[in-house]
Amino acid sequence: MKRLWRWLIPLAALPVLVLLAYGFRMSPRDIPSPLLQKPAPAFGLTALDGAPLALASHRGKVVVLNFWASWCYPGCYEEAPVLEKNWRAYRERGVVVLGVAIQDKREAIEKFVKDFGLTFPNAQDVTGTVSVDYGVYGVPETFFLDRQGRIRVKHVSAVTDTVFRDTVERLLAETETR
Amino acid sequence: MRRARVGLLVAALVAAVLSSAAAQPKPVSEDTVHEVAARLRCVVCQNLSVADSPSEMAGQMRAIIRERLAAGESPDEVQRYFVQRYGEWILLSPPRRGFNLLVWLLPLVFVIAGLVVVAVLVRQWTRRPRGAAEPVAVDAAMSERIRREVERGS
Repeated sequence: MKRLWRWLIPLAALPVLVLLAYGFRMSPRDIPSPLLQKPAPAFGLTALDGAPLALASHRGKVVVLNFWASWCYPGCYEEAPVLEKNWRAYRERGVVVLGVAIQDKREAIEKFVKDFGLTFPNAQDVTGTVSVDYGVYGVPETFFLDRQGRIRVKHVSAVTDTVFRDTVERLLAETETR
Repeated sequence: MRRARVGLLVAALVAAVLSSAAAQPKPVSEDTVHEVAARLRCVVCQNLSVADSPSEMAGQMRAIIRERLAAGESPDEVQRYFVQRYGEWILLSPPRRGFNLLVWLLPLVFVIAGLVVVAVLVRQWTRRPRGAAEPVAVDAAMSERIRREVERGS
C-alpha cells in the first residue's frame, strides 16, 4: 500500500506536467487563422489619395495585404521599406501590395507613408471592419493572397525580404488554373 | 380603369411600407450587445472581454456587433461571424466538446481525486494503531474502587 502511494503521487503529477509543457511551448502569437485557404473577404476602402481601394479590382494578381499602424514600433517600421522595395520589384509581375492602417489617426498615417515614401496604395480602416473581417489581432500582420483571391499565408510580425520573396515567388509559380 | 388605378396605388403603398420596414434597422438593446461582447475575447488585450476592454479595437468590435444585430442577426450568428474570422480562440469560454472538454472536466476530476485522498488519509489517521493496548476490563469491584478514590480526592 505504502509503495503504491509513493508512486501514485508523482504519477498523478505527470499528465499535468505534460499538459503544461505542451501549453508553454506554444507561442501565444501563433494562432492559426481559420481563414487560410478560404476566399479573402472583399472590402472597399478609400486610399489616402482619395482613390477607391477595393480588393475586387486586383483579381488575378498576387495580393500582399498588409495591416499596420504608425504606433507599431519597431515591427511596422522595419517592414515598411521591405514592402516598398519588393512592391517596386514585383509590380510588373502581377503582384500588388495594399496597406491598411488600423486603429490610427489620419495625420499619423499620412506622416508614416510620407516618411517611408510608400508608393503602394494605403488606406485607413476607420471602423475596423476590414481588420475584424480578416481576423487581425495585432500589427503588423500580412496576408498573402493567390491569383484566385484565396488567403494562402498569414504572416504575423514584420515581413522580411526572404518571407516576401519566397511567398510571392511560390504564389506566382502556381498556374492560373489551380 | 379607376379601380385599377386605385389598386395600383394601394399596391404601391403596401410595397413602400414593406420595403421601409425591411430597410429600417432593428432596434438593438445595449444589453444584447453587452451579452455578445462579454463572450468574446478582446483581441489586443490580455484576459479581457470585448465588453470590458476600453481599447479602440474592442470599441470597434462592439460597433460591429451592434451593426450586425441591427441587420437582423441573432446573437449566436454574430458570435459565429467572429469565430469564423478568429477561430474558437476568440471565445472566452471554450465550447464543451472534443479536446476542450478536458478544460471543463479536469477540475472536477481533481476535486473528486482530492476528496478521495482526504477520505483515505482521514480513515488512516483515525484508525486505532495496530498493537495498541486493549482497554482494561472494568468489573464491579474496580468501578467501586474508582468511585471511592474520586470521592476521597474531591
